[in-house]
Amino acid sequence: MALLQVRDLNKRFGGLHAVNSVSFDVQKGAIKSVIGPNGAGKTTLFNLICGSLGADSGAVKFDSKSILGLKPYQIASTGVSRTFQNIKMFPGMTALENVMVGLHTKSKAGFWAGMFPLPATRREEKKIRARAHELLELLDIDQFADIEASSLAFGQQRAVEFARALASDPTLLLLDEPAAGLNIYETAEVARLITKIQQQGITVLLVEHDMSLVMDISDEIVVLSFGQHIAEGTPGEIQHNKEVIQIYLGE
Amino acid sequence: MASRKLTSIALLVAVVVAVQVITQLTGTNYYLTQLTMTMYSCLLIVGLCLVMGYAGQISLGHAGFFAIGGYTSASLTTMNLLPAFENGSSCVTALNKMGLLVTRTSMFGEPLLTVHPWFACLLAIAITALIAFLIGIPVLKLKGHYLAMATLGFGIIIFRIVLAMEFFGEADGISDVPGFTLLPGLTVNGDMDNRVVNYYIAAAVLITGFILLLNLIDSRVGRALRGIHGAEDAADAMGIDTARYKLYTFVLSAVFAAVAGVLLTHYTGGISPSDAGVMKSVRYVAIVAIGGMASLWGALTMGGLLNFLSLRGLFGSYDDAVFGAILIIIMLFAPEGVLRLSIWSKIKPTKEAK
Repeated sequence: MALLQVRDLNKRFGGLHAVNSVSFDVQKGAIKSVIGPNGAGKTTLFNLICGSLGADSGAVKFDSKSILGLKPYQIASTGVSRTFQNIKMFPGMTALENVMVGLHTKSKAGFWAGMFPLPATRREEKKIRARAHELLELLDIDQFADIEASSLAFGQQRAVEFARALASDPTLLLLDEPAAGLNIYETAEVARLITKIQQQGITVLLVEHDMSLVMDISDEIVVLSFGQHIAEGTPGEIQHNKEVIQIYLGE
Repeated sequence: MASRKLTSIALLVAVVVAVQVITQLTGTNYYLTQLTMTMYSCLLIVGLCLVMGYAGQISLGHAGFFAIGGYTSASLTTMNLLPAFENGSSCVTALNKMGLLVTRTSMFGEPLLTVHPWFACLLAIAITALIAFLIGIPVLKLKGHYLAMATLGFGIIIFRIVLAMEFFGEADGISDVPGFTLLPGLTVNGDMDNRVVNYYIAAAVLITGFILLLNLIDSRVGRALRGIHGAEDAADAMGIDTARYKLYTFVLSAVFAAVAGVLLTHYTGGISPSDAGVMKSVRYVAIVAIGGMASLWGALTMGGLLNFLSLRGLFGSYDDAVFGAILIIIMLFAPEGVLRLSIWSKIKPTKEAK
């Protein structure tokens, strides 16, 4: 059974059918990419899966459980984590603190425990800190731990964002255009990180513009155009798909 | 980190003690009255600072929560239940049996049966928390200007209610509120010979509340709140129930306001509609802004300084105007608060200079 199942998903914005009966599966352990020209409905699809937009109809099942209609924070706690196209670091917080926020679902201390920090709470806090360092190390950016995250270079911020998204121990990681705004070197680094993340046993679904990145790392690709599912297959199949070539290069 | 917090708190305690000793030595004991009142206002202000600076929400209705706390406690501890008791009201009898009522004599020597101050205080806090919770659910869905307007509306409603209801003494408010004996020997009241004790009670309450908030902002919840403030959708994606966190923070700060309201009312022996006024709320917001929004220490220092100067009458009849003007000036020239003005960083040695 596929880890993520999207069935007949629909979303309209007024007269625009942004996502039109889209169905696909993401197999456990795979890197799957959603590509398509501008306005194809990729980001809308992404937001529907994450819960930041409500769907008009259809189904999204994660680990055989429906997640459609849940709020983003509820979806996050089921084991789906995400990054943002325009990297959203928490301003005024260090790289380490950003990742520590990412560990929210892995810790418990509430308002009472926060105001009256008993030994158990302090231990938890120590664990959070240690785990955050581990994640930064995993992505080779622990040297930036105490630097304000939003003042780092774009590529480094992207890595911090990955660490933050990995903090919740997700089964599925959703990446919204991870190469957006990065130069070719940084993009190559991102590709390396995504492969590394996959090696941790995490399934990856990404929406991306950068063809070189998508073709290099994806196991499978879904092509959208004007909200519709056009093609699906391995990078090799997609590169030779007539319809896809037509969409990208014209007649 | 923890040791730095400890040092700062120790310094704060030292300042509190030093001020008292100085007033003792110089025979300026009367300052303690305004200082005590200032500290209760500061309790409200640091609570508001958590909402504004950390959770990133604005409230122009905090004087309302102060008033709900103060008025509840004042009305319950002054309402004479003796006639009802003599008429055999089962409710009053039951309360009396539970030991929640006390008998005392009024200023004119009449016997009174009123609600016990401790019970009144806890009820006041509970009612404020409940109202904050119920108001917070719909209101905190709003953002920015809309939230400001909605909380302003709430503040105005509370102001008009206490002004209009006979039960709350209309324009006169409630006076002759009795002292509040926290523990034997520790009574919150305005007696001249009880000044020093009250000064330390206020300081103890304020510093305790302040430490709780310092702990909170250093915790998982504090990080979540700063996350919500900085990038709400990202915080949401981290699994943070943003609506719930905002609501709890709002309720917590309302409780701080209620405690301040209860204690200040027992201290001054009364409360009037002006304590619920919108200008009071604006003043609190202005002080949090001057302190630097996301700075509990800033809010505490500025709250202490400006409230004290205002209570000493330094701003004369322009009191409210001064706070309005301060708010404008801060927003224009120092949106990060005066303690973070670039002039300070020029004076302070930088890391390289060290």
